[in-house]
Amino acid sequence: MDPTVITIFIGFGLLIGILFGFFGMGGSFLVTPALLVMGYGSQTAVGTGLAFVFGTSFIAALKHRDHGQVDYKLGGIMILGMTAGIEVGKTFVDALSELGFADTVVSIAYVLMLGAVGIFVLRDARSEDTDELHPVARMIQDFDVPPHISLTGGGEVSLWLTMAIALFVGVLSGFLGVGGGFLLMPAMMYGLGVPAAVAVGTDVFQITISGGFGAFRYAQAGNVALPVVASLLAGSTLGARVGSAATNIVDEGDIKGYFAAMLIGGSVAVAAKEIGTTYGIEVLSTVSIVLIFGSALLVAGAVIYTTISELRHEKAVAAAGD
Amino acid sequence: MFGIESLSGNAQAAAIVAAVIGEALVLNLVYTALERVAGPALTEAVTGS
Repeated sequence: MDPTVITIFIGFGLLIGILFGFFGMGGSFLVTPALLVMGYGSQTAVGTGLAFVFGTSFIAALKHRDHGQVDYKLGGIMILGMTAGIEVGKTFVDALSELGFADTVVSIAYVLMLGAVGIFVLRDARSEDTDELHPVARMIQDFDVPPHISLTGGGEVSLWLTMAIALFVGVLSGFLGVGGGFLLMPAMMYGLGVPAAVAVGTDVFQITISGGFGAFRYAQAGNVALPVVASLLAGSTLGARVGSAATNIVDEGDIKGYFAAMLIGGSVAVAAKEIGTTYGIEVLSTVSIVLIFGSALLVAGAVIYTTISELRHEKAVAAAGD
Repeated sequence: MFGIESLSGNAQAAAIVAAVIGEALVLNLVYTALERVAGPALTEAVTGS
């Protein structure tokens, strides 16, 4: 590979690593379209994206484990429930494909889902009373049918509720054809009341397992470009360290705000791409790519800026106390 | 890369997954060492002295 391309991949990996370590999402969501734009085939783009996400999340999961932010029991239940749900979601898509409008329905569902979750999280982040739960979240958390499982970080939750949420997220994941990280994190936070840092850590753990399995399946058919994965990983393993460390420094409300900004940016980008493809407006596809990468760059920059500001603030407070 | 292409099917897939884990672990070790050596100075530089 050309040294310039390697450098670009390392820089891109660094950016994705920061987002991944911080939010527990943003891997294949960004890598796969980038590889498609660079001329890789769709199978290779997806396979390479999965292998990269697996490598990045593997290290991120180790870091979150070190910080005590992975709930393995919850993660295991989520993996089981999601696996079953994904099959159900795929069945819906196959049925729609036979009717001939799967692409349009999936794109619209993607836009609505990203937008709705983004607005929900944004409203929550902007709420003045941070302890006040949304009525829907409270209603879900009030569902209290035994047996219960204890959560890392305190509290316990109904096993049935946990499995129902995992199944629901799995159905959406299979329907939308995505890893589910951006759905699982808010589902755990709002549906189960898991603390944000533990939700991110457990989400990363789930992504590691599913990413590893996906990478293996694509590699069986030779659809993983290892030099690309190696270059991206060189940047992302560093970025993921920064991102996961930042979750311990930056305020939980700020995390939610950045997460919402990413989701809303993604929603608008998918909508622009769909409209562009449907009506043959090429500029909208470019707008879509700029939106995806622009929002990723801005949000990663905001994470770094807020982390540095918080460190400076802590230092000033410590100095004033001396 | 590293002769992995000469393998086929499951062996190639397993080798690729193992290579990804290996690279990630090596990079993690390198960055951990780098963080210990340069971390305090870097934190000092970005937070101001």
